[in-house]
Amino acid sequence: MLGKLTLSAIPYDVPILVGTFIGAAIAGLAVVGLITYYGKWGYLWREWLTSVDHKRIGVMYIVVALVALFRGFADAIMMRSQLALAYAGNPGYLPPHHYDQIFSAHGTIMIFFMAMAFMQGLMNIVVPLQIGARDVAFPFVNTLSFWMTTVSFLLVNVSLFIGEFSQCGWLAYPPLSEQQFSPGVGVDYYIWAVQLSGVGTLLTGVNFFATIVKMRAPGMTYMRMPVFTWTIFCTTVLIMVAFPILTVAIGLLGLDRYLGMHFFTNDGGGNQMLYLSVIWGWGHPEVYILVLPAFGAFSEITQTFSRKPLFGYKTMVYATASIMVLSLVVWVHHFFTMGAGPNVNAFFGIMTMVIAVPTGVKIFNWLFTMYKGRIEFHATMYWVIGFMITFSIGGMTGVMLAIPASDFVLHNSLFVIAHFHNVIIGGVYFGYVAAMNFWFPKAFGFKLNEAWGKRAFWCWFVGFYVAFMPLYVLGFEGMTRRMNHYDNPEWHPWLLIAEVGAVLIAIGIVCQLTQLYVSIRDRNLAENRDLTGDPWNARTLEWSTSSPPPFYNFAILPEVHELDAFAHDKEAGIDTRQAGGNYQPIHMPKNTACGFLIGAFSFVMGFGAIWYIWWLAAVGLIGVIATVIARSSDNDVDYYVPVSEVVRIEQEHTHNLMAAQAAE
Amino acid sequence: MKKKILPRLTKLMSLSSAALLAGCTWDTLDPKGVIGAQEKSLILTSTYAMLLVVIPVCILTLLFAWQYRQSNTSAEYLPKWSHSNKIEVVIWAIPSLIILFLAVLTYQTCHSLDPYKPLEAEANVKPIHVDVVALDWKWLFIYPDEGIATVNQMAMPVNTPVDFRITSDSVMNSFFIPQLGTMIYAMAGMQTQLHLIANEAGDFQGESSNFSGRGFSDMRFRALAMPADQYSAWVEKVKASSEQLDSASYPKLAAPSEANPVEYFSHVDAGLFDDIVAKYNNGMVMDKSTGKMLHVQQSAMSDMNMKE
Repeated sequence: MLGKLTLSAIPYDVPILVGTFIGAAIAGLAVVGLITYYGKWGYLWREWLTSVDHKRIGVMYIVVALVALFRGFADAIMMRSQLALAYAGNPGYLPPHHYDQIFSAHGTIMIFFMAMAFMQGLMNIVVPLQIGARDVAFPFVNTLSFWMTTVSFLLVNVSLFIGEFSQCGWLAYPPLSEQQFSPGVGVDYYIWAVQLSGVGTLLTGVNFFATIVKMRAPGMTYMRMPVFTWTIFCTTVLIMVAFPILTVAIGLLGLDRYLGMHFFTNDGGGNQMLYLSVIWGWGHPEVYILVLPAFGAFSEITQTFSRKPLFGYKTMVYATASIMVLSLVVWVHHFFTMGAGPNVNAFFGIMTMVIAVPTGVKIFNWLFTMYKGRIEFHATMYWVIGFMITFSIGGMTGVMLAIPASDFVLHNSLFVIAHFHNVIIGGVYFGYVAAMNFWFPKAFGFKLNEAWGKRAFWCWFVGFYVAFMPLYVLGFEGMTRRMNHYDNPEWHPWLLIAEVGAVLIAIGIVCQLTQLYVSIRDRNLAENRDLTGDPWNARTLEWSTSSPPPFYNFAILPEVHELDAFAHDKEAGIDTRQAGGNYQPIHMPKNTACGFLIGAFSFVMGFGAIWYIWWLAAVGLIGVIATVIARSSDNDVDYYVPVSEVVRIEQEHTHNLMAAQAAE
Repeated sequence: MKKKILPRLTKLMSLSSAALLAGCTWDTLDPKGVIGAQEKSLILTSTYAMLLVVIPVCILTLLFAWQYRQSNTSAEYLPKWSHSNKIEVVIWAIPSLIILFLAVLTYQTCHSLDPYKPLEAEANVKPIHVDVVALDWKWLFIYPDEGIATVNQMAMPVNTPVDFRITSDSVMNSFFIPQLGTMIYAMAGMQTQLHLIANEAGDFQGESSNFSGRGFSDMRFRALAMPADQYSAWVEKVKASSEQLDSASYPKLAAPSEANPVEYFSHVDAGLFDDIVAKYNNGMVMDKSTGKMLHVQQSAMSDMNMKE
């Protein structure tokens, strides 16, 4: 009846997990209690959980990403503490069974649920506004994507308290991840979480690709598209190319585990090398899926706060597009040490290095955007400058790893860990945080506190160097990744320093939380409110509407005559909003619970399959199919916003604009 | 002429770096064999080449940020300027040139440091053969020429090339002696090859460099490089052991164990390595020198078949 699930699957004998469960339960009850106390369940359900509004979905994505950040970081600091302790005979406080789950969960969560969710949140909030559209191409699919990602993250967290998570690293290399060597449910949790979230991400890719191709404002040719939209465009192409590969790789691994097939097993004709090739066929494009949008955000921020247009827009576009193409032909550099011939290794090594050219060009473009500008040192600019320095170093160590003969001694060492945190923290994370600070007032109508934003930056920036530079050294000292304990006296001091770095980063996260708290508390102060919709005197269309934008974004679709349409309009004295113009009824999608329901049923199906509770898995699957059929046969999915309503909302914003002008 | 510039440049750079890092104890940067030494010099050369652009970029970032800060109203401000063909040419050319240099270096070192390429030794030095099997969670070393085997300890004479054949009888591992250079994966049913040499005597750390499960952290071994006479004495010491490794005792050794102590076997069944490879390939094993598939007598292994 309950498959593999028995009482022994509950880890009540592990104090860390019991403590975590009690903490999570108290926090969860507090949230539920507060929502009930303020009577917000209906509001939450109607306005958020069932919303198809891309801005609301974007906000929810970022909330999920921040929760994932806390979970992933908790894992990180536990690993650092273990390695600071577990030296010379001291086993530390995490036995391998627990430690191996933690490093596997850390990687899985940070990539799939922190970075991917953050990125999808940003593209949701920004892209439709930036191209002058009223919503995405497929609003229902958008809410479905969000819920698939969210239930997958939930599944990973359930594994904390029911059963166990994978102990095979974040990419679950077979044969270790096969039934023979990992008979527990950990790898199954991994498989279902990755598969379900993969569905969500792939749908997001299709959705935003279609949105950017079909829904740009009149006059916005491809070469007038804002750079952030360009980077998202390339990212969606990469998602559509790469995520099916991931689905296939994990699907075949699942067939091995569930049906006893032999794609990647040691015996029966299986081939583990095939898995490496396939999973990295996704894995390498994935890092560009993450970093390209960050590049886009840096571009928007640098030009806005340097008070001049981006240097070399066309170069930037071509560089982005060439990175997109090149990222698909470099995956073998993740396994130069597998015994391929020198020509194969040389080809993939050189292709990898070639990516450094367009990336280097981008860095120079940001440099020359600052050149002869009037740079305002807003908190977001701190992240930009921190990024440019940090990413240059990370790029350099990346090229070192791209040379196969260097990789022969650096592969799988802590040098690799230092390198990819160097580019993922210094590039991706810095970029997303800068983007969050930049676009926050657009989403909520008030600015984030700058002092706390700068404090967060300094803690992250210094903390990053203290935490990860020692890892470069340890890599040169021959320390391998994923070690649980060691007895080399030369490693110990460096691991202690790295622990200090992790603590600094923890303080950085506390600063970010404080920033959110202080900003929300002071949201009604005049200097924090954004009445104009354009708090930074920025250049692109999203700033031409109010903050937060009305649910339909633009009462009259803007017309684009130039690159940086809004900057052009401001200069030429054109009212991008066309206030008081000829308003028409606006066609909008209706909210729907179907995305939420499909997500919930998918969760049930996944949980059932993980524990071999087949009736439960069947209930989930039938639920998914039934919801899809119900949704497909529902014709009542849209409505028209009457002109009177549009006029009321637009007049309110015009009134705000005038008040803001008078205050100046 | 062209061909000579690169090695010279490489040599010059590695000389200056040797001075910089004198006294450094970092394993990878303190190589004791020619393979490791070449890899170290490659790492340093490529780093210097890239620092040529990374350092200026970091300096320019800080410089521009400071020079063109909002409060510095004396700095030139060009609110419309966003394009310059001259700058575009330079910013594409600089990274391209450096990558071109590194690409040539990459191609050359992929061939010169190919782990499958036998090493040239001095005249009248014969390479020794070592067959390596990664087990859960220990390393088995088979010396086919001497008919001996060891666990978690291997020895080699100095200045003698060592030809490794590597496989796994469990999950994927990576065979790595940081101070000697190149690592390579150990995979069940496959034989990877590696050629290393120790040019100095010493006791080097060896490890698995690819996560392989619960006992991974203790899956370490010592690699002893010693003068020829001491090496012979070490072989004799192993041969004096009372333990033997055959089809009866192998499954016991192959069973998972953690932090396994060093073990010596005075005798090992000839063909054990081939048997281990062949049992994942329907009894076939490839002779790497000819590329032909050979059928292995499976009788010895019949009682140690896989679980499925």
